Amino acid sequence: MWFLCVFYHRLLDYRRPEVESLAELFGAFGGDDGGEESPSTRSLEWKLPENHHIDSPFHFVSLPSEEIARSIANRSILVKGFYELWGQGSSYEELEKAIKDFPDERKLPYLTSDSTFRITVDSFGKVISLQEQNERIQGLTYIPFKGRVDLRKPEHRFWLIETDDYGSNNGLPPVVQRTIFFGREVGAADRKLLPTYQLKSRRYLGPTAMDAEMAFLMANQGLAQPGKVVYDPFVGTGSILVAAAHFGAMTMGADIDIRVVRDGRGPNCNVWSNFEQYNLPMPLSLLRADNNLPPWRSGLKEVFDAIICDPPYGVRAGGRKSGGRKLLRGTVGPYTVPEEKRLDHIPSTAPYSLAECMHDLLDLSAKMLVMGGRLVFFFPVVREDGLTNAQFPEHPCFTLIASCEQILSLRYSRYLLTMVKTGAYTEEIKESARRKHLEFKENHLKWLEDGNLHSAVFSPADSQEALGAKSKFDRDSKPKYRGKYV
Amino acid sequence: MRLLTHNMLSCNIKGVANGFPLRLEAEKWVEKEVELNADFLRHIFPKIEWKALAGAARAVGYCELPEEADAAMLDSEDFLRRFHHALLEIHVEEGALFCPETGRRFSITKGIPNMLLREDEV
Repeated sequence: MWFLCVFYHRLLDYRRPEVESLAELFGAFGGDDGGEESPSTRSLEWKLPENHHIDSPFHFVSLPSEEIARSIANRSILVKGFYELWGQGSSYEELEKAIKDFPDERKLPYLTSDSTFRITVDSFGKVISLQEQNERIQGLTYIPFKGRVDLRKPEHRFWLIETDDYGSNNGLPPVVQRTIFFGREVGAADRKLLPTYQLKSRRYLGPTAMDAEMAFLMANQGLAQPGKVVYDPFVGTGSILVAAAHFGAMTMGADIDIRVVRDGRGPNCNVWSNFEQYNLPMPLSLLRADNNLPPWRSGLKEVFDAIICDPPYGVRAGGRKSGGRKLLRGTVGPYTVPEEKRLDHIPSTAPYSLAECMHDLLDLSAKMLVMGGRLVFFFPVVREDGLTNAQFPEHPCFTLIASCEQILSLRYSRYLLTMVKTGAYTEEIKESARRKHLEFKENHLKWLEDGNLHSAVFSPADSQEALGAKSKFDRDSKPKYRGKYV
Repeated sequence: MRLLTHNMLSCNIKGVANGFPLRLEAEKWVEKEVELNADFLRHIFPKIEWKALAGAARAVGYCELPEEADAAMLDSEDFLRRFHHALLEIHVEEGALFCPETGRRFSITKGIPNMLLREDEV
């Protein structure tokens, strides 16, 4: 069953993957064991309207039922609505013909005299005045509406959506020709939850709190739902877990920084209070722990349904791991904490390189996720000449199913990676991960001296300056179309 | 810290072979009602080290768990309720966890266990 899917013109790279994730969540692929295909290869069939660019807000998607489409739209952050398309055309004459040709048995049930309806005129790329909107609606009299108009709570909502080639593209995707869609709304997103959860109303915030929209997208990519356990090893102020908890998941979080997980800014301003504020169930647990040396018992595996996180990668907050002093002073013998100071001792921490952090995250996830469980995390990349050439981390247990870029600046961008656990965590994988872990530990001092430990990805400011000078020069040649910037 | 968390944690000091289960000494704990999700309980049951859970529950004065448990018992409403209560409804606010091998103390403050190791332990 084909639906017209209209997206918000935001986070373009994230839109189709979100729908695919929610399709999985709502059983579009035949539930957990019904489908023949493995979870990693399941994907929906998409089409674009003729002459539309991939970044257009208008897409067609095939879904098994209207009910599934409605569930997806209602939970989604980036879908403005799914519509049963009654007609489309490059002119109003063409639209009329298409709507008249649309079978009566599909139309008449929604036009009965005892029903209520409303028609909304919408546009992409320009504003249609109220008067013009009314004229457009009047022009639809060839559709035999018998019901009563109800603008507040209609049973059936119809949409007339127009888009055109307006000459200059003004940062919008190039539309080659005028297209008018008319359809019946099947489901629409509830973006009201975004103002509810917006960060400025959040009681306890850190410098890297995830904004609400992105946190909900991440929770959707991680298929957060009741009865599932979501873990964030870099929990910070809990912004990602808040989104997962909103969707009913049970949450667990850990962080190496005690100030973040425990003290907060007073008794009613900490990670716990962020859940309380929205009447969400408290996390199953919060821990102070190091992702480099996780405190899980050795036999424990396959307990989390999703691991969703924003690893510290050194742009706004650098990663830290246990054992700083000992490693730094490795040559003068290991540092021992004197007996009398042990109780209140605050352990020092060492910089945590991106490469090591990724290794630990993938290894931990491979072990702790259930089969089919999802790992969702941000991965930073450097952009050069406006292009991103990203090499994503790989792991034998995981299949990458989505990589969504968000451009942060001329120089940086970040990818939200979604991986599915498709392979068992075997003894061999465990052993090679252990060796790698030791290798990181041994070479720590050397890499630190080489100066490339703190940030394996981001080079220091000098190269930035060079690039800055060049990009100033290039600025005029930058294409007007902003694409992924929105 | 709920007893579910206790059941997952161990002492990971370098060289420690048997860091599990950590001995729980609770100074302050509270009981908070949590909605029972039977599917979750059935799903998590095989991952639980039962003896450790029963022991930790005893440490906070809850002695209603049997010494041994097997998956067949999950059909009993009464068992599920007890399991649920022990696993999720008891929150240790203040106290400590002790490594069974080295006696190392991990404090629990405001419900959060501090599992971070000192630099001479990693």
